[in-house]
Amino acid sequence: MRHLLDTRTLAREDAMRILDIAEDMADTQSREVKKLPTLRGKTVVNLFFEDSTRTRISFEAAAKRLSADVINFAAKGSSVSKGESLKDTAQTLEAIGADAVVVRHPASGAPRTLATSGWISAGVVNAGDGTHEHPTQALLDAYTIRKRRFGADSRGRDLSGVRVVIVGDVLHSRVARSNVWLLSTLGAEVTLVTPPTLIPQDVTAWPARVLYDLDAALAEEPDAVMMLRIQLERMHAAFFPSEREYARRWGLDAARLRRLPDDTIVMHPGPMNRGLEISSEAADSARSTVLEQVTNGVSVRMAALYLLLAGERPEPDRAGTSAATEEFEMNRGDR
Amino acid sequence: MTESLLFRGAKILGADSADILVQDGRIAEVGSGLSAAGARVIDADGLVALPGLVDLHTHLREPGYEASETVLSGTRAAAAGGFTAVFAMPNTSPVADSAGVVEQELALGEAAGYATVQPIGAVTVGQKGERLAELGAMASSRANVRVFSDDGFCVWDPLIMRRALEYVKAFDGVIAQHAQDPRLTEGAQLNEGAVSAELGLTGWPAVAEESIIARDILLAEHVGSRLHVCHLSTAGSVELIRWAKKRGVAVTAEVTPHHLLLTDELARGYDARFKVNPPLRTQEDVLAVREGLADGTIDIVATDHAPHPSEAKACEWQAAANGMVGLESALRVVHQSMVQTGLLDWTDVARVMSSAPARIGSLGGHGTPIAAGQPAEFTLYDADAVGVFAESDLHGQSTNSPYLGRDLPGKVLWTVHHGYVTLEDGVLADLGESRRPAGARS
Repeated sequence: MRHLLDTRTLAREDAMRILDIAEDMADTQSREVKKLPTLRGKTVVNLFFEDSTRTRISFEAAAKRLSADVINFAAKGSSVSKGESLKDTAQTLEAIGADAVVVRHPASGAPRTLATSGWISAGVVNAGDGTHEHPTQALLDAYTIRKRRFGADSRGRDLSGVRVVIVGDVLHSRVARSNVWLLSTLGAEVTLVTPPTLIPQDVTAWPARVLYDLDAALAEEPDAVMMLRIQLERMHAAFFPSEREYARRWGLDAARLRRLPDDTIVMHPGPMNRGLEISSEAADSARSTVLEQVTNGVSVRMAALYLLLAGERPEPDRAGTSAATEEFEMNRGDR
Repeated sequence: MTESLLFRGAKILGADSADILVQDGRIAEVGSGLSAAGARVIDADGLVALPGLVDLHTHLREPGYEASETVLSGTRAAAAGGFTAVFAMPNTSPVADSAGVVEQELALGEAAGYATVQPIGAVTVGQKGERLAELGAMASSRANVRVFSDDGFCVWDPLIMRRALEYVKAFDGVIAQHAQDPRLTEGAQLNEGAVSAELGLTGWPAVAEESIIARDILLAEHVGSRLHVCHLSTAGSVELIRWAKKRGVAVTAEVTPHHLLLTDELARGYDARFKVNPPLRTQEDVLAVREGLADGTIDIVATDHAPHPSEAKACEWQAAANGMVGLESALRVVHQSMVQTGLLDWTDVARVMSSAPARIGSLGGHGTPIAAGQPAEFTLYDADAVGVFAESDLHGQSTNSPYLGRDLPGKVLWTVHHGYVTLEDGVLADLGESRRPAGARS
């Protein structure tokens, strides 16, 4: 895998490979010494043009547990008019010797521009770009759904027949987009529940059904309900009249929670607005996977970094199978 | 006095083969077997002769943005594309909203000599949309301005628009509207549709263009004024213009070459060369604007040539500037999208790219037939050539063309302006002062 830019173009076999390797990674994480030597000598740069402590520390933990050197680069400004250009930042990282760049950027498509511009030879991982995609979030969500459903028997399984309801601001959500593509690639049936103002105007090409009525969607007893974070500034742009009205119509409150079947899981990418899109009852219930998602995120990101840096890129100074791969295979053996 | 030129065997408007004799800035004779003592004889066998192309919508960037383009570099690009006249949009710095700035623009064009530069005046002071610029002063200046536009911005305030439409009747002016509702396009990045939904780019909905066009048609009808719609881009806009013309409203419309050929699918790689305003639309819109141009609903093709330095495009899509250069590629794109598809013949091309834009802009000395006694403004085009459009085809200062690497038919070989050659067998002429008659302007 050269880059991980989106789930729209991620093949099913590649997605399954990441999820299965993430299972292996997770196994290593229950050991006393969590650190693997796999990416020793590799440099991973977390290039964040947007504040995101959660995603950044998840990638940082993933890279460090694979023994990579991690550089955190919080860049301000994202255009030619303010601050350093993306091109100059990229070329700086190239000069430093980055092997992989994990990029979070407020502009949709910035990771693709970085990966295809020729400015940099490092592999690029999209850690969330504007309102486009957040592929590792979708992968960790898929991983979480699979794990809850199949437990230790997850390897090699896809999400055929799993029904997932995604609720909230789809228009501005990179999490929603990445999940729509990935979950459907893996065989799940996706339903989007949103206010009509918060879904793109033309989603006819999306492999998902759109409903405006949350109660109708929940009455179908889905396997997973994923609540999206509502950003309060949306309210001022007249997407919906008030927080209270939003919570009433599209929030997962205690009453709605009680009507769900016992094995339906409740997901949230975090950070949560308790009392708005999700009630505390839902967030803290046994069905909630919020913290599992965080834990699984590290395993999935370890898998992605592994595939980017140790998997397929031939090392010019090492013949045949790279030493990194051999080390990882050794680790697999003792699980 | 310029040298006499005798072009042998050109196909006038793609039809009958004829010789064209140019003397003293005019076409002296058109016919077969012409001869003239002392004339330079040029083999034009099989080349399509078209009247010099006239672009009603060019951004020359000077004064103020000389890093992107100058009047000289922009008119060189024009000559390379077969143009002999360009209308310069007023979004320079300072804005061309006064007699002084439009006269400066005019003088820069005269000094360059590659094409007539006809300034367009801003509708409102500083293009801010708040109060009318001195339209009358610009009209009666040496630049003789007849087209007014806030292009880049929409004259959004309906009362200002009404007043502008009314006011320019005093000197037979026309308001060229950039139809874009600003509220409906806040932060807009790409045509609102399936592609913007997937790419997570804020949509630029067709309705933001169409609602302004509909309003302006009604305003123009109400006050009995001329309205010109810039770079119309949607199927719905074509329908509105068709409806307005049927009602007898004095409206004209233009479409750009890129809206005749390209769609929003090209944005998928986030390559900002395809970022333009109004945005590339869908294939359905492309087919509708082609049909509108073919049936006369859309009057003209105008380039919206918009040069930008490379750093304004080599960045994130959202941070990139809107616009594409288009002068050098316009005829070839129209050839591919309209002529090769059988929708227009070369007579129609001469109308939509030369005579009609000159008429809409009230520009004398251009858009005239290739006939004895007419001004010597024409271009010769090899319609049989085929080639990959490359940076070497660009002659302005910027290279933000969406066609680089794309196969386009044809090649512009000769351009004659004011009776002298500006493009010579595909190569820009070096215009020494001696070859450029002082104050040459029709």
